[in-house]
Amino acid sequence: MGRKILLEKVDIQGIECFDVWRTNGGYACVEKALGQMKPEEVQAEVIASTLRGRGGAGFPTGQKWLWLDRKSDKPRYLLCNCDESEPGTFKDRYLVEKLPHLLIEGMICSSYALGVNTAYIYVRGEFKYLIGILNKALNEARKNKFLGENILHCGYNLDIHVHSGAGAYICGEETALIESLEGKRGNPRIKPPFPAVKGLYDCPTVVNNVETLAAVSPIIMMGGTEYAKIGTKASAGTKLISACGNINNPGVYEIELGLPVEEFLFDPNYCGGIKNGKKLKAIIAGGSSVPILPAGLILNTGKGEKRLMSYESLSDGGFASGTMLGSGGFIVYDQDQCIVRNTWNLTRFYHHESCGQCSPCREGTSWMEKILWRIENGQGRIKDLDVLVQISKNIEGNTICPLGDAAAWPVASAIRHFRHEFEFHVEHPEIVSKIKHGDIDQYK
Amino acid sequence: MPKNELIMHRGNYINHRLRVKTQEEINLSAEILKKIHKIIQRYPQGKQKSALLPVLHLVQEEFGSHLSVNLMDKVAEILSIQAIEVYEVASFYSQFNLDKPGKYVLEVCHTAPCAICGGDDIVDYLKEKLQIEVGETSADGLFTLKTVECLGACGYAPVMQVDTEFIENLDTEKIDQLIETLKKQTEKPHELRWAERFF
Repeated sequence: MGRKILLEKVDIQGIECFDVWRTNGGYACVEKALGQMKPEEVQAEVIASTLRGRGGAGFPTGQKWLWLDRKSDKPRYLLCNCDESEPGTFKDRYLVEKLPHLLIEGMICSSYALGVNTAYIYVRGEFKYLIGILNKALNEARKNKFLGENILHCGYNLDIHVHSGAGAYICGEETALIESLEGKRGNPRIKPPFPAVKGLYDCPTVVNNVETLAAVSPIIMMGGTEYAKIGTKASAGTKLISACGNINNPGVYEIELGLPVEEFLFDPNYCGGIKNGKKLKAIIAGGSSVPILPAGLILNTGKGEKRLMSYESLSDGGFASGTMLGSGGFIVYDQDQCIVRNTWNLTRFYHHESCGQCSPCREGTSWMEKILWRIENGQGRIKDLDVLVQISKNIEGNTICPLGDAAAWPVASAIRHFRHEFEFHVEHPEIVSKIKHGDIDQYK
Repeated sequence: MPKNELIMHRGNYINHRLRVKTQEEINLSAEILKKIHKIIQRYPQGKQKSALLPVLHLVQEEFGSHLSVNLMDKVAEILSIQAIEVYEVASFYSQFNLDKPGKYVLEVCHTAPCAICGGDDIVDYLKEKLQIEVGETSADGLFTLKTVECLGACGYAPVMQVDTEFIENLDTEKIDQLIETLKKQTEKPHELRWAERFF
């Protein structure tokens, strides 16, 4: 097993309680940051760590913090994005459920570095029980003077509140999250201005993912340069990967970035191989939005090198033969899964979650869903495939937020790598309309 | 064909046909009002509109799991915002019900990671067992069957949510058992009232 940084203490009995967390070295990073360091020094450590945002885009966290408008006399806000709804991703839920205090201490240090006095945790509406866990943990922290006024007698004030969403994937996009927090529909805003300049209530705002903020705590304890040594050069640190689909051991794993995909998939300490001794067909490596890759291309890159679990290795070859690390939602498909049905399913998801602001996404996802449904049910036409590719091209890059791209990529990549399967559906309607779901290979 | 026509899924107050206002008077208990004011306190002065989502969760739970026009108007009054600002939010988010659902809402995930692990079969089984289609309520008014998009529990697929609880690694046996237990409960147990407890 690789090195564990975030989930190091996850197996300790009662670790979600403040007392147990504290006796196991919890909140030491708050004492170190607030007691011995200046806010700029905390930020410098995060920059030195080369930590990249763990929510999906992989943007350098330190850079995001640097962009925060510090000249403005308006209050600043830190928002923690716990609106985890990307299909295949369930790592934040696991982290908050098991180690709520890790997130809180990371948020305290980050807020201190950014000069924030009010922070919010935006929890998706479906995770109702997490709201209870977080509020309990926050109350414990308040009681023990790690939140509130004059924390640790350093003259620094901070309070963290929990805000709940109500069922909308789009609110995971940072500007939609801000809109939702302001009590509006989750319609993303046009950028620029970026939230770092005009965010919540038009004030400078930083939005970070749960895992990103949790990683700030170990970064402060071990120092940024030390953290940067873990993993690979372009992908520092560890990452939580949530593995699901047709594998023997689904669950959340912390890996050191740079672990070979093959090892992650077949090692009994991680996924443990494909369920029921079947063969691997395809993998979506970073949550449903990233391109799907067939077995050959996910284990090895287009050049024939071993593919690693890291930002740079997964995206090797661009979208022609690569994908993205994304949010770390690792979905594995065995030989019996139907790619057409799966693509239709995902497109229905994006159609359902499109906020309806931009026409390409609102109309495009709807048409793609209809066409894919038609192909899946044996009523497709061969030119439908080109229409699908055309629609996906028309959505990509033409919308306010990245949901449009996220809806276009799975369709485009499925047709790119599994065109034969789509063609089979079109050419053999009498077979595909008879099978409800499952593999078509056996009928060939 | 899929039921959804060429309209956006995220409703607005026009294509959702806002239900009519009735004579019913909404009286919020002192306890609820206190809770609402506690929520408002979390946001800066003058930004009480931010409390809208949590407050809607709270009152929806209190008033039969759905938001009537009268109730939404009352919320608008408390938060000093226009009624339309409440309607447009209530029609956007999928967790707010504009129509009254059954006593228990069975929300089955049908997105890809669950679907490839048997989620579609679970939906079919529930349809058969309760003798209803997706979106309908059983004749005894106890169960509403809903399919929802990813619940964020893909590693424990197939998954269903009933109130706060996630029921994971579903199979037909687990479903039979759950339906039996829920049928026997006469009152909704207090611990299911999550908004009241958690906010």
